[in-house]
Amino acid sequence: MTQTAPYRRADEVPLQLPLDDLIACPVCDALHNLKDVPEGHSARCHRCHRTLIAPKTDAYTRIVVLAATAVILMVAALFFPFLELNAGGFSNRSSIFDAALAVSGGWLTPLAIAVAALIILIPLTRFLALIYALWPLVVGRRPWPRARGAFRLADVLKPWAMAEIFIVGVAVALVKIVELASVSLGPAFWAFAALVLVSALKDNFMCRQSIWISLDRRGPR
Amino acid sequence: MDLAGSPRPALTARAAGLIGCERCGKVAPMGQAACGRCGSPLNSRRPGSLQAVWAWLIAGIIVYIPANIYPMLYTNTLTSRHSGTIVGGIIDLIEYGSYFVAIVVFVASVLIPIGKFVVIGYLAFAVRARAVPARRRRAMHRMYEIVEFIGRWSMIDVFVVAILSALVQLGSVASIRPGIAAACFALSVAMTMLAARAFDPRLIWDLEPADG
Repeated sequence: MTQTAPYRRADEVPLQLPLDDLIACPVCDALHNLKDVPEGHSARCHRCHRTLIAPKTDAYTRIVVLAATAVILMVAALFFPFLELNAGGFSNRSSIFDAALAVSGGWLTPLAIAVAALIILIPLTRFLALIYALWPLVVGRRPWPRARGAFRLADVLKPWAMAEIFIVGVAVALVKIVELASVSLGPAFWAFAALVLVSALKDNFMCRQSIWISLDRRGPR
Repeated sequence: MDLAGSPRPALTARAAGLIGCERCGKVAPMGQAACGRCGSPLNSRRPGSLQAVWAWLIAGIIVYIPANIYPMLYTNTLTSRHSGTIVGGIIDLIEYGSYFVAIVVFVASVLIPIGKFVVIGYLAFAVRARAVPARRRRAMHRMYEIVEFIGRWSMIDVFVVAILSALVQLGSVASIRPGIAAACFALSVAMTMLAARAFDPRLIWDLEPADG
């Protein structure tokens, strides 16, 4: 079971406290008085069980390093060949861009743009926004202007970043194609697979609540 | 320490005259329009949440129909021309003997979308009808969390079409083109994701008597 930090029962919240010490559960609206939860501990909502805060040791350094790694891997994935197909003496190389833009033309152009956004643009934007918002915290400076806006953007875009789903799609496509031709995996495939792992690891260190509190305490917008 | 299941009702931000920010959890006095910490718009309960849920959900169901009728992709080889629908693609995988992948595609393209329609519809209906016994509240909350988490995985089939049509371009030997169903299916997934996100989960818990 998760170790949870001690907190008061919600119905004993002393309301004369400054509002800064209160947290409303974002999912069920129950009030909690959460002062300082130590690193490595977590607190869950007593009503709906949602994790409210779970700060991790050295989280910001790790998130920034992992996000920067992911950016480099994404650039590599874009410029190297992704998959190569051979059949009957013909061969075709395809990059990730090709996959995104393959469906373009007429009716399906909006779909091509959406696919490019879901697998390239949105993940990349999230990594860069996280680095922008958290780098000053890593080196102990005041957050850069609009750091909160950047972090909010990263948070809003989270469900729409689908790099990991794309990799599963690639696996399914490879199985479907086996009958038709032989396929070899290019360096970009491995770069993209590594990006998915790095990104998952990064999310593991993310505690939104602690980041919001840090951004709030360290300085102006 | 876990106090869930305690008989005493919780004090909510709304009952205390406050608004909780859905993005960062900070509380603000009732009436404030934007969160002082993260800048998100503040609503004690999102106005029109259920209308938005129904609108996105119905739109998502409507485009799911052509997504299943029309072909996801057209395959041309030297010897054959073939157009495949979602279900047709799953049957092909079974015929190849790729049972595991067939199950993955079936879950992502059929089970999850239909399950989402049912669950989101049920949640919106139950909240409006206030037909939520106290003991079911946590189960409903769990359903909401699962639907919100799992919905995006339906996109797998769209990416499969994108990769196949990029890769299989061997002139007359073999070529694959995407069909209109791929766009319909992507729209359906996006719309049901928006339906799930339009649902204000605090409505589930508002039905507790103490919050009245």
